[in-house]
Amino acid sequence: MQHVTPAEHGMETSTGLDNRKLLMWLFLASECLFFGSLVATYLLYKGRSTTPPFPHDTTIAGVEYSGIYDIPFTSVSSFVLLMSSLTMVLALAALQRDNRRAAQVWILATALLGITFLAGQAFEFTEFYHEGLTVSSSVFGSTFFVLTGFHGTHVAVGVLILLSLFVMGLRGRLTSERSLNLELAGLYWHFVDVVWIVIFTFVYLIQ
Amino acid sequence: MASAIPEQRPVSIGEALRGLRHEAATYKGILSWIATVDHKRIGVMYGITAFIFFLIGGLEAMVIRIQLAQPNQSVVDPQQYNQIFTMHGTTMIFLVVMPMSAAFFNLMVPLMIGARDVAFPRLNAFSYWVFLLGALFLNFGWITGDIPDSGWFGYAPLSVQSLGHGMDFWMLGLQILGISSMAGGFNFIVTILNMRAPGMSLFRMPVFIWMTLVTSFLIILAMPVITIALFELGFDRFFAANFFNPENGGDPLLWQHLFWLFGHPEVYILILPAMGIVSEILPTFARKPLFGYPFVVFSGILIGFIGWGVWAHHMFTTGLGAPANAAFGVSTMIIAVPTGVKIFNWLGTLWGGSIHLATPLLFAVGMVAMFIIGGLSGVTHAVVPSDFQQQDTYYVVAHFHYVLFGGAIFGLFSGIYYWFSKFTGRMLSEGIGKVHFWLMLAGFNLTFFPHHMLGLLGMPRRIYSYPEGMGWDVYNMISTVGAFVIAASMLVFMFNFIRSIKRGRRASADPWDGRTLEWTIPSPPPPYNFATIPVVHARDEAWHRKYVEDDQGRIVRVPAGAEHDVESHEAAGAEGHHIHMPLPSIFPLIAAIGLPMIAFGLTYYQDTHGEWALPLIPAGVVVLLIGIFGWGLEPEAE
Ligand SMILES: [Cu+2]
Repeated sequence: MQHVTPAEHGMETSTGLDNRKLLMWLFLASECLFFGSLVATYLLYKGRSTTPPFPHDTTIAGVEYSGIYDIPFTSVSSFVLLMSSLTMVLALAALQRDNRRAAQVWILATALLGITFLAGQAFEFTEFYHEGLTVSSSVFGSTFFVLTGFHGTHVAVGVLILLSLFVMGLRGRLTSERSLNLELAGLYWHFVDVVWIVIFTFVYLIQ
Repeated sequence: MASAIPEQRPVSIGEALRGLRHEAATYKGILSWIATVDHKRIGVMYGITAFIFFLIGGLEAMVIRIQLAQPNQSVVDPQQYNQIFTMHGTTMIFLVVMPMSAAFFNLMVPLMIGARDVAFPRLNAFSYWVFLLGALFLNFGWITGDIPDSGWFGYAPLSVQSLGHGMDFWMLGLQILGISSMAGGFNFIVTILNMRAPGMSLFRMPVFIWMTLVTSFLIILAMPVITIALFELGFDRFFAANFFNPENGGDPLLWQHLFWLFGHPEVYILILPAMGIVSEILPTFARKPLFGYPFVVFSGILIGFIGWGVWAHHMFTTGLGAPANAAFGVSTMIIAVPTGVKIFNWLGTLWGGSIHLATPLLFAVGMVAMFIIGGLSGVTHAVVPSDFQQQDTYYVVAHFHYVLFGGAIFGLFSGIYYWFSKFTGRMLSEGIGKVHFWLMLAGFNLTFFPHHMLGLLGMPRRIYSYPEGMGWDVYNMISTVGAFVIAASMLVFMFNFIRSIKRGRRASADPWDGRTLEWTIPSPPPPYNFATIPVVHARDEAWHRKYVEDDQGRIVRVPAGAEHDVESHEAAGAEGHHIHMPLPSIFPLIAAIGLPMIAFGLTYYQDTHGEWALPLIPAGVVVLLIGIFGWGLEPEAE
């Protein structure tokens, strides 16, 4: 008996790489172009805004404007997101050892760290909004909200995936033989983290 | 209250879904098409849908040609003219050439690599449904009167400021279509890399498969760029963002950079599949292997890379400065080299062959000839001063119709004539096919060759009318007559197609003495394609199963019943019953329906009295999630 999806029935694929894993790598390759285009837009428009608030401390015609970024705060939420990559690794390692209880704990921890990051972003967005920064207020507002919002949406989707896996685990369907599911979620999650490091560096830190 | 309900064993979601899938397997008629995950059926649906849009795009072109037949006409007003050329370009590129190519990927890739289906059959169905719904959404303006009007390239700030919902349909429609193309791109890369029959190493793959692979990579890397550009356009339109608004620090040129950074790889997305088809047909009808296979493959790959470094040749007149113009001019000339390599390889394939001048070959040769003309005028655009003169004239219109119609469309028609029998079990009429070819070739050149002259005489693109005495009258009239000849050739084709499905000559499994694996299985193929997965020993595997060289080096047929010949036909019927194919599924369609719901919500909710549309956005997200979760939870295959 032969099946159409060889990878999932223990048959070899031509490259030896699982179909779904290859799909995930390709997806991440195109994600690079998504984020690349947005980051390029941000960098291109950097310093072009004429209306406050500005991202960093700026002096225009003798008037000083203090920058809107709260670097210590964003550093903390960046740290939270980085830690979630660690818990993700621990979750996968636990599942591959078939320690399902530990895997569940780490999956939930990863999701909670992701939610914490999102809460931080929501707080930051509201703060900025109250200081007068909106999508339409300046080109800085447009590029900032769309880029970080696009990333935040990715984190939210990641949290949804993690919670789905957690529910799968509760029903006993997330086993070491099915650890590929968690591995794929992990690939996505790490990618989203790496993108955040790029955003944090280019958008927040470099003036 | 609860006690009133008779005690029942609780049914898990998984069980319910399993039941649903098994029931779906028994669907007949239209339902069986809606739930299908068979790559051949999906390919047929892609092809038919794309052809219907080809007729619609063709009608739009006819309106343009009728309007321009003579000076000072007013068949349509300027706004209608804008709408019609916008929809003509958008339709032909996104709703005709791309999905028609996708039809060939679907139909041919599994058959040519010796697989039973694509890597992700349900993702494949999802691609089709998203394409169909996106195409309908894009065309929804024909009902409401909000028709896109800023050109297929949607230049900002015109596309931002365009009134009504026309450009919303355009922008969101292209977003939806992008999802479809990317899903297809992922699927075909994984299929080609992972599902090849044993023995089919990368350099034993047919050239069409190589071109599909390169195209798919271009799709998954280029579509994100236009997605982001459209995203930014959407924010500018819906939320008054400033991406393309110079008053607030934005820059309309960013649109052009992003659009053409996508747009130039896109032209290879449009032409490479047709080049792949022609590279299959020429060897079959010249009865010799493709000349310089590695060169054709590597030049295709090279095109895929260099295609990323030429985009600004669409922007020479935007003031990028001399160094940038020079650099992009040179890179554009360089990309002509691998294209030229392909053309010489095709000529080398025909050279000295024992040529069988059947309809597929006529169209393939027509493609090569027309593409050469389009390629040459393309090189003249790489010369910056010359391009300054031709920018936005009919010379450009002539160029891209020679590569897209003369190249892509002729190539796709050659594929239809070549592979028709594989899926219908009948031959298209050769006689009528030849009438179609000569009419189309004559009509095409009558229509578009005069555009070169019009462009050199200074006639601008996108004008809805022109005064007398410019010296343009004759060429415009010839062009319009040509358009009617093309229309007539399409009637001939449709007559041939419909007649041949019903009454065409019965086709054998291998009517053209083909060279690739699809010709080793029956026409039409069984749902599982290959009763036994073939083992590949050579490039042109099917041909090597039929012919060997004798001691003098002459090519002779393998005697019937000899070793290789049997392999594929054995026990097709008997063993077929034990092959487990993926079960049908309706979740790809459900997930796809969520997307236009979100798009409608976004389009209308800010209107006065548009409150009704707001709930469509979350509702669409929910439908999408239901589709995705149902898809994820239902059993993979039996
Ligand atoms: Cu180009």
